[in-house]
Amino acid sequence: MNDSPFVESLRWLAEPSRWSGPAGIPLRTLEHLGYTALGILLAALLAIPLGLAVGHTGRFKGLVVATAGAARALPTLGLVTLFALLMGIGLTAPLLSFVILAIPSLLAGAYSAVESADRATVDAARAQGMTELQVLTRVELPLGMPLLIGGVRGATVQVVATAMLAAYVGNGGLGRYIFQGLGSQNYPQMIAGSLLVIALALVLDLALLLIQRLSTPRGLRAA
Amino acid sequence: MIAFENVRKEYPGGTLAVQDFSLEIASHESLVLVGSSGSGKTTLMRMVNRMVEPTAGRVLIDGDDVAALDPVQLRRSIGYVMQASGLLPHRTVLDNITTVPVLRGTAKREARERAHDLMETVGLDPALASRYPSQLSGGQQQRVGVARGLAADPNILLMDEPFGAVDPIVRSELQRELQRLQHELRKTIVFVTHDIDEAFLLGDRVVILRPGGIIAQVGTPQEILAAPADDFVASFVGADRGARTLHVERVDGRDVVVDADGRAAGVLAGERPS
Repeated sequence: MNDSPFVESLRWLAEPSRWSGPAGIPLRTLEHLGYTALGILLAALLAIPLGLAVGHTGRFKGLVVATAGAARALPTLGLVTLFALLMGIGLTAPLLSFVILAIPSLLAGAYSAVESADRATVDAARAQGMTELQVLTRVELPLGMPLLIGGVRGATVQVVATAMLAAYVGNGGLGRYIFQGLGSQNYPQMIAGSLLVIALALVLDLALLLIQRLSTPRGLRAA
Repeated sequence: MIAFENVRKEYPGGTLAVQDFSLEIASHESLVLVGSSGSGKTTLMRMVNRMVEPTAGRVLIDGDDVAALDPVQLRRSIGYVMQASGLLPHRTVLDNITTVPVLRGTAKREARERAHDLMETVGLDPALASRYPSQLSGGQQQRVGVARGLAADPNILLMDEPFGAVDPIVRSELQRELQRLQHELRKTIVFVTHDIDEAFLLGDRVVILRPGGIIAQVGTPQEILAAPADDFVASFVGADRGARTLHVERVDGRDVVVDADGRAAGVLAGERPS
């Protein structure tokens, strides 16, 4: 009697040989995390300063919100394919797609973090003689930190769940199990790969939720 | 000395907050700007530390046009106490008080020592130093706000309805403390309020403003009560309702001062003027 593919996938995961070696789950997971981290980092370098500037000055807000909204609508699989056709097989194409995927959440997190600071508090800080940079770094940013981390959290979950597409154009990561399984009609392996991606996404989400909670300034938690 | 020379403030939308205002405020004087909302009182006060830039005219401090001074340095040299305290919610009482000295580069330890002294000066229990603003009562928050305004020992103190958000009992307590402080410190104070009683209590001189920053009357509380310039002032100070008209009644051999409604206001000290 054949077991269901789901039970087969659990059996696939339980096989000790899968948990070591260059094609093993730990290494693939690390690769997967690496792509995610790199994508988020590059996107953050671009989106967070831009979001902070928009939130602090209130300028170009409409433009940025509209652009970020439009970027959310882009299908990532389509982007990976397009970039791979333009730039060839390798990490550049998927990474660029992950960056584009991550930017809207990071941007929204950054500008809403700055905007969330009470205007009277910001006015008081400026009236005491803080420079604009000091107002941003000593008042707006600490007060909005949970929202900023919320943006990072949203972007991370999206990218970690999408990072399996890296394997679609010849890279590693947990996507390898999924696309190999697809090619050889090995559905238990596909399900196992998917389960690993889901588990990783949940773990990261919870970890960032914890960081988000801890980033609430003490004076606000006391209230 | 602070001098307003024909200042005007017009907002981009066309709102005219202040039409044409001129006034000199002497050093060590406590001057109160009083008026209803739309009188431009806060706008005028905020021109002193360049939180508002006049559309026309000049504001001078000891002869220097503030427009020529760096706004950040200017603000660090002027104390600012605002309504609902404006404290940084994520910083402790002590860190809030030391904000300006730390910005000015005073060593942290020195600033903290001074902050402890200041807490005593404004009547705060030093045990509150490590608390956060949200853990304090409204009155305590205002005291922290005053201590922060005084921390860098500024010559000028701007106070924007600082006691507007606390209950009447705490307010009169804070007003008395401010009188005591001013007696000791002799700062130049520009105080904004819509409460005429507060204005008469705290001002060496009081400026009563009409909408648009137009001066209805300037003078000491005594001068204004003795001779309200017009019906607007009379109505503003309550003279028209008889609220300021007191007379003396003889009760049990003592002179009791009674207002127009017959409510006792106090007892007359010394000889009854004949």
